[in-house]
Formats: sequence, C-alpha cells, structure tokens
Amino acid sequence: MKIHIPNSAFLGNINAFIKLADFSDRDSMYITANEKWMSVHPIVLCMIASLGVEVRATGLNKEPILCERFTAPSKHYFERMRLFRFLNLNSEMDIVEHEPAGRFIPVTQIQDSATLGRFIEDMIPLLHLDKQQSQSIKYIVSELVRNVLEHSASQHGAFVAAQYHAKTNTVRLGIVDTGVGIKKTIGRFHVVKNYKDAIKLALTPGITGTTSKEGGTEYNAGAGLFFTKSISRINKDFFVIYSGDTLFKLLRKQEPGTVLNSDPFADRHTLEQGLPYWNGTVIGVDMTLDDNEDFSALLKNIREVYTSTVRARKEKQYKRPKFI
Amino acid sequence: MKIIEINPIAGSFAEDKDKARDVRLNLITPILESGEDLILDFKNVDSVTQSFCHALLSDLIRNYGINVLDRISFKNCTAEVQGVIEIVADYMQ
Repeated sequence: MKIHIPNSAFLGNINAFIKLADFSDRDSMYITANEKWMSVHPIVLCMIASLGVEVRATGLNKEPILCERFTAPSKHYFERMRLFRFLNLNSEMDIVEHEPAGRFIPVTQIQDSATLGRFIEDMIPLLHLDKQQSQSIKYIVSELVRNVLEHSASQHGAFVAAQYHAKTNTVRLGIVDTGVGIKKTIGRFHVVKNYKDAIKLALTPGITGTTSKEGGTEYNAGAGLFFTKSISRINKDFFVIYSGDTLFKLLRKQEPGTVLNSDPFADRHTLEQGLPYWNGTVIGVDMTLDDNEDFSALLKNIREVYTSTVRARKEKQYKRPKFI
Repeated sequence: MKIIEINPIAGSFAEDKDKARDVRLNLITPILESGEDLILDFKNVDSVTQSFCHALLSDLIRNYGINVLDRISFKNCTAEVQGVIEIVADYMQ
C-alpha cells in the first residue's frame, strides 16, 4: 500500500488524502510526505498506525514498511504522536517528550475494556478540559471504542488519538479499526446492498448489527453512532465515517432552523463512493468547545428524536389480527 | 428496600456495560426475584452512557414488563444521568 502525507489533511479535506492512498497491498507499505509542511488530523495518524500494525502482523515481508525521511519542520509532531512506534521505525528524531502541556493524546491502541476505562480516565487531564467540556468527548470515545471492541472483529482493536487546537478551541478526535467494516456488521441482520446503505442504517437510531428486533438485545440498542452524529450535528461540528469505499461527512453548516434528523442523509452532508477500499471503519470527530450545547440539553434533543423514531418503526411493524 | 450504589462498581463515568450487566444479573435480578423493591444510587456518578444504561435496564423491562420501573427508584442522579435513563426507559416501552 502507498500513503502520502500531504501538507494538510483535516476532516474538511480528508477526501483528497484518501483518494491519493492505495490500501490494496496488505503485505507492504510505502509512506511519503510533503517536504515543506505537514499538518494533519489525528484520524490520519490513526489510519497510518493501524495499517502499519496490520502490515507487520502479516509477517510476509522482512522489511514491510518503508518511510521516506520526513523533512518538513512539523515532522516532530508525528514522533510525539507516536506514529513511528506503531510503524516500528526509527524516525531519527531526537525530541524531548513533554509533560501533558501539549494538550494531545498520542496514538493509542485499545484492545480491551479495561484499557478503554484507563484511557478515558487519563484523556481528560491530558487535554486539559473542564468537567462540562469533557462530557461529550468521554461519551463519544466510550461508545465508539466499544463499538470497535464488540463489532469490528479487528485483531488489533481500536486506534485512538486526539489533539486540542487552541486557535479554533477545538478537540479533534480519530478512532480507527481494521476490522470487518460496517457493511458486514450491519448486514448480519439487515439488508444492505452497499456501504452507503450500511452507513445510513448504522447512523439511524435503534438499528444495531446484533439483531433486527426493535429495542435491540440486552447488550446493544443501536444508539452509539446516532448519539455521536447527533452531538456533532447539534454542536455544528464535522463528523466523518469511512468504511469500505464510502465516506459520509456531516457538514458544519446546516440549514438554519433545522432540527436533529433521524435520517442521517437528511442532514447537510457529503457522501463519496468509489474511494480506495478501507477494510474496517474510520471515524473522525471535531468538537468546538466555544458554543457547546450543554450536555443534558443535548440529551433532551436526542431523546426526542430517538424515541419518536423507534416508536414510529414499532407502530409500522405492529400487526393487527385479521377478523373476517 | 435494598440499595445498590453504582459508583463503587462503575466509577464516576459509568460506561463499562460488562459491569452494568453484572449489576443487573447478580444484584438487581435476585432482589426483584425475592419480591423486594430497590434503589439504584448514582451518588458521585457524573455521567453514564446509553450503552451502560441499556445493559443495566433494558432486559429488566423486557423480562418483567415496564411496571418494573415502579419497583426501581433512581437516586442522586445528575441531569445527565437522569437524561440517559429516561432515554432508555422511553424507547423500551
């Protein structure tokens, strides 16, 4: 596979980074980078790290990863975010690892529930967030990483990284796996023709990959992704989900006066199909901290849409006995 | 009336659904089966995830019917905790 790290890759322009990549060869990886400048979203680091771990795990190639020497002044960021550790490469960069003042969370591999619990506990002080600001972020990380651990069937778990940007007062978060992908997960109990269908269902309240029954199982209700997308929607932030050949992007600007939608395609978004095929699921979230809706108010909004959608579906499926 | 404290089991951010299921199976269900009512005390729990509450409550509502909520009281809930519990109770009926 081939990956080029461009001068800029954030959720707004992530499609360009993906289009340039080639994920097809699972035995080797060749990484190049912009010579002058590299500034990327944590989602990019998680994608590269997860591919690196996967390529090395195949064990088919003696030197499976080749990475061109980074020359851009911003190269140290990649070392501090621990990308080279996951690639098992020597970056030849000497940096002093700062104490948490940097307000970032380096790429972290999470493979079990206990590690997730510790990660969430450590995450908030590292990002220097107050209690109110941290509510949504903790919530999103927990739900999305648990999705990976329960449904992705990934051998390597979830790769998570986050970065606080002072200029925009935004936390950027990436959660990536190299598992079976959304189509296979959702397709176990629902009819899906392609990744577009699967992404739509995965973001719809009350749809889970563990049953076709309303109300879910004792363990899953099909709410995690809907909640996450809703938090982004209400706060007018980017939310990206990419699986297989399809990328859904919730846009920041929504129609004025519109409310939360149960149909993700009713929100203002872009959808691109035919992209290089990603085995697994990639999720990116930006969270602006300035005008964040209070979390309990946000829950009230989500509750109304979630409940009414599930009820409407139950009523539709309700069968009356036929008296003739 | 028995009291089950959530914080010592699940911490201030209750998100581990395995722990929620353990509480349901090993603590809540035996109390309900014995005919007693109970209090779930969320003191020092700042927030919970929907997944946690679903694993804690959905199967109780499914197995005992929605009236099981007459036998369970929720104490010391923050607005966030209350909001999530209400969502689960809503969509399960």
